[in-house]
Amino acid sequence: MSDTVLHSPLEAAHLALGARLIPFGGWVMPVQYTSILSEHAAVRNSAGVFDISHMGQVFATGESHLAWLDGLLTNNLSKLSPGQGQYTLMLNESGGVIDDLIAYRISESETLLIVNASMIPEDFAWMGKHLADGVTLRNESDDWAGLAIQGPDSAEIFKKLFPSETLPPRNGISKTPAGEIVCRTGYTGEDGYELFCPAAFGPILFESAISAGAIPCGLGARDTLRLEMCYPLNGNDLSPERSPIEAGLGFFCDLEKPDFIGRATLLSQKANGPEKILTAIEVIDKAPPPRPHYPVLSADGETIGELSSGVLSPTLGKGIAMAYLPAKFSKPGTSLLIDVRGRQFKALTVKKPFLKKPK
Amino acid sequence: MSASQIPADLLFQSSHEWARVEGGTVTVGISDHAQAELTDVVFVELPALGKKVDAGDPTAVVESVKAASDIYSPLSGEVVEVNPAVEGDPSLVNTDPYGAGWIFKIKISNPEQITGLLTPEAYGGMIA
Repeated sequence: MSDTVLHSPLEAAHLALGARLIPFGGWVMPVQYTSILSEHAAVRNSAGVFDISHMGQVFATGESHLAWLDGLLTNNLSKLSPGQGQYTLMLNESGGVIDDLIAYRISESETLLIVNASMIPEDFAWMGKHLADGVTLRNESDDWAGLAIQGPDSAEIFKKLFPSETLPPRNGISKTPAGEIVCRTGYTGEDGYELFCPAAFGPILFESAISAGAIPCGLGARDTLRLEMCYPLNGNDLSPERSPIEAGLGFFCDLEKPDFIGRATLLSQKANGPEKILTAIEVIDKAPPPRPHYPVLSADGETIGELSSGVLSPTLGKGIAMAYLPAKFSKPGTSLLIDVRGRQFKALTVKKPFLKKPK
Repeated sequence: MSASQIPADLLFQSSHEWARVEGGTVTVGISDHAQAELTDVVFVELPALGKKVDAGDPTAVVESVKAASDIYSPLSGEVVEVNPAVEGDPSLVNTDPYGAGWIFKIKISNPEQITGLLTPEAYGGMIA
């Protein structure tokens, strides 16, 4: 790990827009431009654009790269066709989460992994340590700028940015003739896509997206949007001490496929039931916003865990949070207490996600 | 960044509270500069009526989406009134920090402390 703070290729554009910059995952990134609440609302109601240049791009190539990745990642890549992507996790030997990522099959011989900013060096080192013959890895994280354009109006914005291109289907990946990578994925629960282009072109694409109607949005809104959908944040809701079964991400683990690192733990937890489960919690009382590390108590007042994430949901107008709780407290409808600065407020476990959108 | 409003008839603390001293009581809120720095206020935790506080004690909490901030009493005394309006609509702290967004009133027990507060000019110099 290096102590050097990294800067987005879009930083000058952020400062010109009056953004507040904060350290995040080893980078300096915008937390907000005008207001987290209005940026959040823009993504739910129209469209927002996020700088995701901090996220990592690792390309795996070679004829045997797919089988190799399937030994390293929980989901089943060989079930995808080129042009499709999937959410997946990379685990340590004991089944704990190193990172959560999206793997996109670009072609028969190449797969793109989009990984968390703070985990780029560790992910790359882990993959390098387990590298197989006939597989080549390229860490191109410094070469690419990234934008996430998210919200119900995002497809219209795409038409303005790329009049002759078609968006890939949900979870799909495509390339424009100019070399931009388009991924129909996101971290907000809205329709949208993630665009990657050479770093030098990032500022132009960012300004074009804003001109086309996208509202610039920072990490603050990214956090409230993702938590309303119960999407986990690595470092808060995922850790090397917790497995994807405990995190409620079993759907993204194919236990039928041949061995992958961490599989034995997942099989055993699936058979016996995990001791702790990442549980969605709504605050019932009028209470201060829940925040990470606030203690969680049973209705009887026994401390049973602490919040891994928590915010006042801008869409729902109430406190929402997640915590790893003993399995017997994780069933939806279980009464709990959350301790805020020594005062206790009533809360209830609920089914994920918090925001149930009409399909 | 646009210039913050600093009313000439108020006193301030370096922790960005304002104080309006009238007779034996002081009304307390947060400055325009503070509300702009916090951005969207989403929750205000008011003190209990009758609570005795010393100057500098954390007395209320103002929370934005990202952070909780203590509000320190500028003077010693007893909480005699709180503003229920900011409990119902915390955004008043953003939209009218010196008016409808006031937070609590203290019955002053030690008037000599008033001279320790910042003048509008001194506070303005501090945040410039």
